[in-house]
Amino acid sequence: MVITEHKPFEEILEMLKDSQSIFITGCSLCATSCFTGGEAQVLEMKEKLEKEGKTVTGYAILDPSCNKLQVRATLKKQKEAVDAADAILCMACGDGAQTVAAVVDDKPVFPANNTMFIGEIERVGHFVEACKACGQCELGWTAGICPITKCAKGLMNGPCGGSKNGKCEVNPENDCAWVLIYERLEKLGKLDKMLELKPPKDHSKAYNPRKIVVKK
Amino acid sequence: MGLLEEKLKSGEFVVTAEMAPPKGIDMTHFKECAKAVKGRVAGVNVTDFQSAVVRVSSLGAAVILLEEGLEPIMQITGRDRNRIAIQGELLAAGALGIKNVLALTGDHPMFGDQPGAKPVYDCDSVNILMIASKLMEGQDWAGNQLNKAPEFFLGASVTPLFDPLEAQIIKMKKKMQAGAKFFQTQAVYDIEVLRKFREATKDLNAKVLVGVIPLKSPGMANYMNKNVPGIHVPDALIERLKGAENKVKEGLKIAAEFINQVKEEKLCDGVHIMAIGAEENVPILLDMCNL
Repeated sequence: MVITEHKPFEEILEMLKDSQSIFITGCSLCATSCFTGGEAQVLEMKEKLEKEGKTVTGYAILDPSCNKLQVRATLKKQKEAVDAADAILCMACGDGAQTVAAVVDDKPVFPANNTMFIGEIERVGHFVEACKACGQCELGWTAGICPITKCAKGLMNGPCGGSKNGKCEVNPENDCAWVLIYERLEKLGKLDKMLELKPPKDHSKAYNPRKIVVKK
Repeated sequence: MGLLEEKLKSGEFVVTAEMAPPKGIDMTHFKECAKAVKGRVAGVNVTDFQSAVVRVSSLGAAVILLEEGLEPIMQITGRDRNRIAIQGELLAAGALGIKNVLALTGDHPMFGDQPGAKPVYDCDSVNILMIASKLMEGQDWAGNQLNKAPEFFLGASVTPLFDPLEAQIIKMKKKMQAGAKFFQTQAVYDIEVLRKFREATKDLNAKVLVGVIPLKSPGMANYMNKNVPGIHVPDALIERLKGAENKVKEGLKIAAEFINQVKEEKLCDGVHIMAIGAEENVPILLDMCNL
């Protein structure tokens, strides 16, 4: 899932300072789970903007905001409200905001959220980063723990000297990924995997922007 | 062959010292400290933006040491450079006559004075060693020919106080496989930690210089215990410092006793002194242990 956070409201107001009427879009998937773009948050945003003297011409919870055809179809149904707006405020991830901007290309589209990371839901409202989308998954030899994401330095050959009591030097609340990898490889009887010399990672698969076509 | 390599091969008890390049271009103090240890150490480590703080670069400071007639050990980290910059830096070092290179991963930028910097870490310490070894074979990392290969004596670091120690030793073995011929350790204060580490690594054919940081005050010891991973100053030493009239002198005495113990028990191939801003004390410490 793509994890998002609300931008500070002051920053949103600053972006909207030249726009009087606003159309708000939310997202039914990730942003709903992150409480950053579900219906409740969109209505809350509407109220806050109206309190600031703005007109909200309408809103839509896109299903989801990253599906271009869906976005186009949904916004078409609300053409009048969209046309009446000076700007669109998008409560989704950066991808969702760009999809909306591509569909509504004659109006400014502003992001209400900061896109943080790809992660998992530990429990409701608790998210942890799990994947850097590096393009070359390493989990097969690391006992299922990602050193690219879970090690603050993305090391490929074992722990740095900064690990203390099994915790990371950069943030002692985080476990040292390499201590975890060591412990799990040992448990699995696969410590030899850690002894393999790993060359510098091939980053060419992460050159952006990337594009994949799986269906002609 | 450089002095460091020669001395380590001869089996002599080797001394290296660490010097941080200054923040700013006045090299007077740096040169004075270098002169004070000239002829008394096999090599001087030049730190590479130590603690992720902007300073004169390690390559630049290493060249100044060469001009002063000392043998630099150029530290190089993967924090600030990708593999292209690392190779260029190593080739420059080779062209300028630098013989010793110590490969490190590098402290994270968040510890330094530019915490918003984008960390690179394209290469970890093992990767830097692999790349340096490849350059020494006359090829860059991608396999392109060099017009002349550099010759380096490659080193790396190891932390004897690490839990689980086996994870550090696995990495130490990889560093050796990647070309490391010598190791300098994080500072050790408890001789028992060193004994355990040497016992665990006795079958490795590695030259190890144990790290020594002379204590300057009980506050410094407490700070390191709290903030510096891999360093633990035992309570007894902190009490000794507290009771001492001249704390700096007592710290040097503690360091001298430790070095003498290491020599006596032949626990290491030498000692690496990191004075951290008090480089002028290095010759005093060397006098105290007849080195």
